[in-house]
Amino acid sequence: MSTPAPEDRKDSMVESAAGESEATAAAKRGPSVATRERRQGSINPSGETPYLVVEDLAVQFPTADGLVSAVNGLSYSVPLGRTLAIVGESGSGKSVSSMAVMGLHDRKRTRITGSIRLGGDEIVGLPENELMKIRGDAVAMVFQDPQSSLHPLYTVGNQITEAYRVHHKVSKDVAKKRALEMLDLVGIPNPQRRFSQYPHEFSGGMRQRAMIAMGLVNDPKLVIADEPTTALDVTVQAQILDLLNNLQKEFGSAIVLITHDLGVVAEMADDVLVMYAGRCVEYGTAEDVLANPRMPYTWGLLESIPTVSAANERLRPIKGLPPSLLNLPDGCSFNPRCPYKDRVKGERCTTELPELLPVDGAGAHTARCHLHDKATIYAAEVAPRLS
Amino acid sequence: MSDNNTVRKVDSVPSGSTAKDSGAPLLQVRDLKMYFPIKEAAGLGRTKKVVQAVDGVSFELKAGASMGLVGESGCGKSTTGRMITRLLTPTAGEILFKGTNIAHLKERELRPFRRQLQIVFQDPYSSLNPRQTVSNIISTPLRVHNLVKKGKELDRVQELLERVGLNPEHHNRYPNEFSGGQRQRIGIARALAVEPEVIIADEPVSALDVSIQAQVMNLLEDLRRDLGIAFVFIAHDLGVVRHFCDQVAVMYLGKIVEQGSREQIYGAPQHPYTQALLSAAPDLGTIRGVPPKERIRLVGDVPSPIDPPSGCRFRTRCWKAEDICATQEPLLEPKAHSSAGHAAACHFAEPKVDLTAATA
Repeated sequence: MSTPAPEDRKDSMVESAAGESEATAAAKRGPSVATRERRQGSINPSGETPYLVVEDLAVQFPTADGLVSAVNGLSYSVPLGRTLAIVGESGSGKSVSSMAVMGLHDRKRTRITGSIRLGGDEIVGLPENELMKIRGDAVAMVFQDPQSSLHPLYTVGNQITEAYRVHHKVSKDVAKKRALEMLDLVGIPNPQRRFSQYPHEFSGGMRQRAMIAMGLVNDPKLVIADEPTTALDVTVQAQILDLLNNLQKEFGSAIVLITHDLGVVAEMADDVLVMYAGRCVEYGTAEDVLANPRMPYTWGLLESIPTVSAANERLRPIKGLPPSLLNLPDGCSFNPRCPYKDRVKGERCTTELPELLPVDGAGAHTARCHLHDKATIYAAEVAPRLS
Repeated sequence: MSDNNTVRKVDSVPSGSTAKDSGAPLLQVRDLKMYFPIKEAAGLGRTKKVVQAVDGVSFELKAGASMGLVGESGCGKSTTGRMITRLLTPTAGEILFKGTNIAHLKERELRPFRRQLQIVFQDPYSSLNPRQTVSNIISTPLRVHNLVKKGKELDRVQELLERVGLNPEHHNRYPNEFSGGQRQRIGIARALAVEPEVIIADEPVSALDVSIQAQVMNLLEDLRRDLGIAFVFIAHDLGVVRHFCDQVAVMYLGKIVEQGSREQIYGAPQHPYTQALLSAAPDLGTIRGVPPKERIRLVGDVPSPIDPPSGCRFRTRCWKAEDICATQEPLLEPKAHSSAGHAAACHFAEPKVDLTAATA
């Protein structure tokens, strides 16, 4: 596995209006080629208590129209050094659940129950000042839109040093040194100059790098990346994903990656959790969930993406729309859109909420579905349409 | 009176069948350019700079065909679409619709062509007027072009709603009562109302969720098949383009760098930029046991279109760049190893076949 060394990345980074020397430098290089080594094994291979443990988490918002259950009975865990991808469509609760991990919800307007433990310490119900100590230090967040999550009136360097000094009692000079180090690490060329520039002077990819530098400045154990590459172009997206992978190797942090893009999941994630209407509907290692999915919603997602390598066949979309969180259907939330519900005897799909149970009898791969012969249906009907 | 002549000629736009019969392209774009001036106070005097958003784009679209314009943000793909629909007036170049150059027609002469060339926008939230009912939104173009008799408008609106898969009873609702996918269908119904021959679809599905995206893609495909509408499909998602378009043009910094059929572009891309784009697209293949494809990682960002690099515009990020690339601009032309209709603008173009073929 050849990954470009950070120094190679640095000097080859071409700035917006590039000069002659850079062009000739580029000529000397081959294309940088990188692939990721996927960590094998079960969801928690070491058997130790994972760094992040979420148990039976529920997030509810009382509104004028009624109680919105944005997240319901969600449980997952992420050990250090592993990446969990949370996948789902808008409104499925993927962002809401991870904002709960950051303690970012307005307490007055949110009801959070269940348990979130970071390195063994419970954070649900922690007072704000305690949360402040954790936020940005042990846990960092990288947001989707680097344009709106960097402050436009402060220099990038200023924002990174502040993030560091909030959690470390150090002089400005020490903090600056640390910030420059971070800018360099995330592949921003000429950190000295970039340090005193404002966010608008950065391109989209550079801003996302700066955001990552700010997130990682305190060496967090857990990084929550909420659609970190959705706003970026394909070639820049690839750079940022590589960067996150390399930094994880270096720092050994746990990553929760929130995304709707299954391609990104396939390239980044060790484990995958699929959410639908506020609930986890399938959870397992990336191989389990993407190569042997056992839930009709996951099948539907996989069948509805046109891929770069696929032939031109008709797409098979999931019919209908996601349900309103104010008024979830009885039984399985997915039942109004599920093409397989007729195969379940009786009215179970429309009356009884399926539990999240191990598929194929045992193991850590779980799915929420009443279907009996999921493996057979997948192998006989779904898999042929996917290849 | 030459003016009168043009007007008459314009009024009698030939019907679609003639173009189809002759096999001549319905739409031809030749050396299209769009420079946006920007004013900057610099030193003593004011210097005028231009953003070269589109710099010499040419392609053809046959009746009923679909042409994909792919590229990253700022490559000029949307600007090209807007010029074709004349929402922007090109700085230079020709847009031939059935042989008539519409690039610089005046508004009044342009009107009959507006009917033929419609656009569907990316954002279904900002492209529908929130204060108008769906019925009003869809019937406005009908009224403007005098296409239905008074009193028959509602029938036509309901027919269109049904065509795009919406409940015709919902005609007097407002856009905010619909979801993103449904709004996009309303935008499509509005474009269909005037029975266009070409629809410019500018990122029509990129704002939608995956499961909804597939629904809208299938709708567009039905329209193309059933109504014979030709599409210029603008997108950054290579998977979507592969699915929908028979012809593909890859754009970089205002220029087409490679052009060809779907099979040529995806099966044997020749331009380094196309190769990099394809290899950067995250793919599900590997997880299903397909051997990992080669990854080409570009460095840096797209240069500014205000002051693009000399010679080949891609050279600053290209691993093949040599001295000639800085001095001599490569032309978009067929290469020695090209099959018919495949052209690339690169001094060192060579096909690479293993980027997407792995799962084929």
